[in-house]
This record gives sequence, C-alpha cells and structure tokens, in this order.
Amino acid sequence: MAAQTPPVPAAPSPLYRAFGDRLFVYAVIALCAVIIGIVVLMGWQLAAGGSAAWARFGLLGFVGGTTWDPVANIFGAWPFIVGTFVTSVAALVLAFFPALAVAIFAVEYAPRWLGQALQYSLELLASLPSVIYGLWGLLVLAPAVRGVQQNVMVWALENQIDWLPPILGAPVGIGMTTAVIVLSVMVIPYAASLAKDSIALVPSAQREASYALGATKWEVIKNAVLPYARGGILAGIILGFTRALGETMAVVMVIGNSKNLPFTLFGSATTIPSAIVNEFGEAQGLQLSALLALGLILFVISGLMNLLAAWIVKRMSVEGRL
Amino acid sequence: MTGSGTGTPPALPKDGNLARRRRWNNVMVGLLILGSAVVVLPLILVLGAVFVNGASALSVAFLTQDFRPVDEGGGGLFHAIVGTLMMNLLALLIGGLLGLAGGILLSEYPDHPLNPTLRIISDLLNGLPALLKGLVIYAVVVIPTGQFSGYAGALALALVMTPIILRATEGVLKLVPWSVREAGLALGLPRWRVILSLVLPAAAAGITTGLMLGFARAAGEAAPLYFTAGGSQLLNWNLSQQTESLALSIYKYANEPSPLRQDQAWAAALVLTVLVLIASLLARWATRRA
Repeated sequence: MAAQTPPVPAAPSPLYRAFGDRLFVYAVIALCAVIIGIVVLMGWQLAAGGSAAWARFGLLGFVGGTTWDPVANIFGAWPFIVGTFVTSVAALVLAFFPALAVAIFAVEYAPRWLGQALQYSLELLASLPSVIYGLWGLLVLAPAVRGVQQNVMVWALENQIDWLPPILGAPVGIGMTTAVIVLSVMVIPYAASLAKDSIALVPSAQREASYALGATKWEVIKNAVLPYARGGILAGIILGFTRALGETMAVVMVIGNSKNLPFTLFGSATTIPSAIVNEFGEAQGLQLSALLALGLILFVISGLMNLLAAWIVKRMSVEGRL
Repeated sequence: MTGSGTGTPPALPKDGNLARRRRWNNVMVGLLILGSAVVVLPLILVLGAVFVNGASALSVAFLTQDFRPVDEGGGGLFHAIVGTLMMNLLALLIGGLLGLAGGILLSEYPDHPLNPTLRIISDLLNGLPALLKGLVIYAVVVIPTGQFSGYAGALALALVMTPIILRATEGVLKLVPWSVREAGLALGLPRWRVILSLVLPAAAAGITTGLMLGFARAAGEAAPLYFTAGGSQLLNWNLSQQTESLALSIYKYANEPSPLRQDQAWAAALVLTVLVLIASLLARWATRRA
C-alpha cells in the first residue's frame, strides 16, 4: 500500500519492480505451459479418441490387421503402416545420394557464389508448400510416370516376361512410384542442409592432415571429412524420414489411396496421413476412432524419430561424436 | 620427387595406382556435380510449371471474384486469398506470442526448471506432422463448438508456426551479449524491462526472420486446415464461419476433372508461391539488416 510518499518523485513503485518481474515470469511460464499442454493434449486426445478401436481389435489386432473395411466395421492398420514405411524408406534411398552430393559439392568444391545459390535452392525446396508438390506430381509427374510405365509394359508383353506386369501394377500414373519421387524431392533439402552444416564444421586441420599424407581430394572427403561429419548426416536422414512419414497433402494427391495389399511398384498404395485425410470426411463411430488410432501410431513413430534426431544433433554439437 | 641417392630410382609400382586414384577423383567430381544437378532440377521443374501454368491462368477476375460454378466462368479465389491472409495473420499473432514466450524462457531464464521439458516439447512439436496439429484442434475446438471455423484454422496454423518462431527467438536472444543485460540491470531496470526494452529490440531483426519463416511455412499448409477451417465457397470476413484457404483450394481443384479448375489450381499455386517467396525474402532481408 502507498502509506508513505516515496522520497524521490521519479522512483518507480515497488509494484513496477518486484510485482512486474513476477507477473512477467508468470505470463511467460503460462504461455510455455500452453505449448507443453497442447502437445500432451495431442497425445491424450489421439489415445482417447482411438480407444474404441484399440479396445475392439487389441494392440496387435489393430496394428497387424490387414483388412480395413468401413462397411463391415473391421479396421486393421497394417496396409497403412506398410505403405508409410515403404514410401518413406524408398524416398530416403532415392534422396540420399543426391542430398549428400549437393552437400559435399556446396562445401568442398563450389565457388562462393555457387555455394550460396545451392543454399538458396535448398531453402526454396524446403519452403515450397506441399500442396504445390502434390499439384505438380498429379498434373505433370504422374502423366510422365504413366508414359514410362506403359513403355515398360509393352516391352514386357513383347518379350513375354509374364512375371513383370503384376509387379508393376495398373498404369494409371498415380501410385507408389510417383509418390516416392515427390517425397524424395521434398526430403532432400532436410537431409542436405544438415549434412552440409556438419561437413562445413569439419576442422580444416582434418583435411590438411589427409592432404599431407598424399590423398587426392576425393580421398580427403571420403576418409577425413565424411567420417567426421557422419553424425550430422545421420541426423539429416532421420529428420528427412520424419518429414516423409508425416507428409500428407503431396502424398494423398499422388498415391492413389488403395489399401489393398500387396502394393505394386507403380500401382495405388496408401499411407497413414493420406488415409486420415481421405476417410475423415465421412468417418463416424468406430471408423473415426480407428482413424484417430492411426493418428496415434503416427504421433508415436514421428515423435520418437524426432527425439532421436534431436539427440544426435545435440551429441554432435558437444564433444562426444557419434 | 626423385631421391637424392645414386643408382636407379626405385621401381614405382604405385604409379598406375596414382593414375587410377586421380581418375577416380575426377569421376567422383563428376558424380557430385551430377548429384547436385539432380537436386536443383526438380526445383526448376516445379517452379517452372507453377510460373508457366499459373501465369497463363492468372487474371484480374481470379484475384477479385469469389467462387462461381464452372459454367458461369468459374469465378476466382478472392475468398481463399482473404481466408489465407486472415487465418495466417491471426495465427502469427498467437504463434508469435507463444514462440516468443518460449524463446524468452529458454534464453533469458536458462535455469528455469521448465526448460528441459519445453525444449523437448518444442523439438517434438516442430517435427510432428501438421496433420496431427489439425486433428488436436479438431478434437478440442471444432467438436465442442460444433462447427468448422476460421478461428480453429488459425489455431492449427499457430501450432505450425510456434516451434519455428520459438527456435529462432531462442537462437537470436542468445546472441545478444550478456553485457547488454548487465548494463540495463546496473541502471536499475527490473528484469522484465531489460528483456522487453533492451534484449528484444536488439534481437528484433532475428525475431522478424523467425516470424516470417513461421508465416511462410504455415501459409502453405492445407492438411491442418482440412480438419479445422473446413473450406468454403463463400467470401467471408468473419473467422467464426468456415473459411477457405489457397492451399485447400489447390487440393480441391487439382482433383477436379474440369481443365478450368486445374488452371485455377495452378494460378492459386502461383499466388501461394509468391506469398511464400515474399515471406522468405522478408526473412532474409531482416537477417541481412541485423
């Protein structure tokens, strides 16, 4: 209370000092608690919303179930889990060497202006919205893929290679291959920028020592630079993988969304995110619950992969190298 | 070089080896250039397709009219542009507040017991698919209020922005030297004034970068809006109604058989790309000014 007048007129009230500080900290903490609360709520809502599906089919029954039939009310997540992993892993395999190449080239070979240009290109690739990749995949890439596949089919028929067409699948253009190509383009900037950063962090003494032993430039990179930077390269791959796992719009637009195993090379397939988007509109009751259960699987997998990547990056930044 | 001794120089069995190693070195340079080209090629293809197809489909009507049926000319996407901007600006407000608060806690109160949890959670939130952020807002906002709304969409987009802004804020606040804070404290300023009047202004450029990066990311998201904003064919300035966004329009129109709709999807992609590019350029400009 203001019982006494302060001796100096300009002196701030104690309210302004102590109370202001406390209020500020509380406000900041409250906002941070909101962030934490939302993520906890996300996990809880997905778990609670999917509980009916888990209770009905059991953990193994739901994860391992191969039938997803909304009419018969039978829901198994296996086709979606397989589709998610196959597309993500294939996209990473496709993206790995170009991503590593651009990282090495930008740091070790490119002149300054070209390195900058490559850096901007990677940032641009990462910042383009996924619907735009989906649009391009659907209207430009899919017809091209269809054309290639038709040629392969004709060739297989002419040479009577009977086992090939069933593996290839229906030549519609949208399907597994198109989705994998689009995904790999989207994953490259994530893998490449982390690899690039960690290659740039390799001490030049490391390189010079290798040169002094008579190594060629490539041998320096292979024996001295890449082993030193492998933590960052690994973290980039894992981050790219999480990005691919959760990628929704680009995949749902080009993958064809068929949940019938086995998937073919070019034919329709599906992933967890695309199943959620596709069926969400008309889902009710047990189907909605099953979709939320799919969401929980995605939450757990991508959460674990993220923490793993964050842990590797942290290990990398401190002395302890992987 | 050759040794200083007399007699024949030792046979060089490694000579062919060296040539082979040099050849291999050149091959690898070629492969690295090829790999880099493979990375840049899709960027050129995608941007080229967006600019060529989008520019030919872009018109004044597209930018100023809202939805019309195909046989009435198809109209435009003014309603989607309005919806995108309104939801993203509101999201920027919410996400900016949350992200700033998180960044301030991590950087200015490094010993706070909440920090390890907050750090893990922000890493998690950054990597979780945007789809799940939409689902949680659907469960928490859309179901209780009984309808899709622009507010729900803005909340979902705010969740997309928050971790990006948080990281950027923490990073730039840590770059502000401690002596600045000590100078403020020595003048008798309370800690909150030091943060608000000294530290944040010193880091303003970096924070702007974070805000713009968050905006650029969220502006292109369609998946979270699918479950929250719901999409709409009507122009509305009221976020309590269902709201359309450019990204949602692209998703819907790309799958329509009408070539007119597909052209409109390209035009929408062009507008969205330009929006994202402007935000990225602003982010870079702010970084450079720092």
